Amino acid sequence: MLIDTRGLSCPQPVLMVYPHLSGSEPIDVLVDNTTSQENVSRAAARNGWNVQAEEEGDGVVRLELRK
Amino acid sequence: MLEQILSDITPPPDRDGRILHGFSNNEDAVLVKAPPAGLALVQTVDILGPIGNDARLFGQTAAANALSDVYAMGGRPWSVMNIAAFPSPSSESDTPLSVLAEILSGAMEKVAESGAVLAGGHTLDDEWIKFGLSVTGVIDPARAARNDGLEAGDALILTKPLGTGVLATAVKAKWPGSDEAEKEMYRWTTRLNAHASSVLLDMHLKAATDITGFGIGGHVLEMAGGSHVCVELDTAALPFMEQVEDFASCGLIPAGTYRNRDYCSCRTLVSSDADELRATLAFDAQTSGGLLLAVPAERRQEACERLAALGEPAFCVGRVLPERKDGKRLILA
Repeated sequence: MLIDTRGLSCPQPVLMVYPHLSGSEPIDVLVDNTTSQENVSRAAARNGWNVQAEEEGDGVVRLELRK
Repeated sequence: MLEQILSDITPPPDRDGRILHGFSNNEDAVLVKAPPAGLALVQTVDILGPIGNDARLFGQTAAANALSDVYAMGGRPWSVMNIAAFPSPSSESDTPLSVLAEILSGAMEKVAESGAVLAGGHTLDDEWIKFGLSVTGVIDPARAARNDGLEAGDALILTKPLGTGVLATAVKAKWPGSDEAEKEMYRWTTRLNAHASSVLLDMHLKAATDITGFGIGGHVLEMAGGSHVCVELDTAALPFMEQVEDFASCGLIPAGTYRNRDYCSCRTLVSSDADELRATLAFDAQTSGGLLLAVPAERRQEACERLAALGEPAFCVGRVLPERKDGKRLILA
């Protein structure tokens, strides 16, 4: 699943990702600011997900959420 | 319509005839009695965008927030002026003017509690609601507490818990539990720092600040820089409002908090055993936060007892250390 939060500010990205954290299907989240990156990572970690961040260029980071 | 709203607002009482000539007959300026000889003026202005969903409590919050700068120096509020930005009724705006009336009423309740009088104000048409006060206080200049008066050995006492930035974000997100969060937030933000200020004065304290937009970490850094010292905050001792840590761990931390932390990072040393979330929340931007009082270590207990006697919380959150060679001004232990 890919969730694109580019252009959105806090707390929208967390609101988009959180409902999917109860499942176990891999989730990729595109973020374009450090607040979104940190907040989505915190939300995922709290729900037992591992998070890997990959730079995509132009300030965009792909967060790979895996159970 | 605006005129009607303004005339319906109950102004704070003027018990000692401080307003010599008021604005009731469309006067554009107000004559205010000068404070007694020997006192100095302490002047400040602060204006906020809405926090939470209750207009009256937002008005109270914005007033308490603006008055707090006077209290942080040990001043007594003397007169205030309202500053309001509000969308005029039109096809593009569905915000009724009654919202402005509620904001003003809430603010006047807090101004009355502070003992200040209303010396008018200004309202402007704007797309976004904003409200605040220009505050004039009076103070004995020899007894004013300052931002740059920290001394190594001082203990730091905070008078309100932290976390309004996180709670406001949870409210904005309509997160489960946000109704309770909003009540908890307003419970603290609408509270005047008057009692804490009286302890500051009675104990002749030299340094204090109020905790607002830069978070406790940012405000402490300002004090440490001006005072040429280093401050250690004990992250385990930082008090948070109910649900703040839980919401923060869900990712409901506002951008301003991260900006504060990153801006301050080059002057901050985070101890390896400090909790990362608490270290981040040390920079949570506060609205109408408490006072941070610097108290000589041997008088810490006395300060806590004086605050408790007035019903004020007293959280011992850190201490002042001598200046360091590495230039770090804040240690989050």
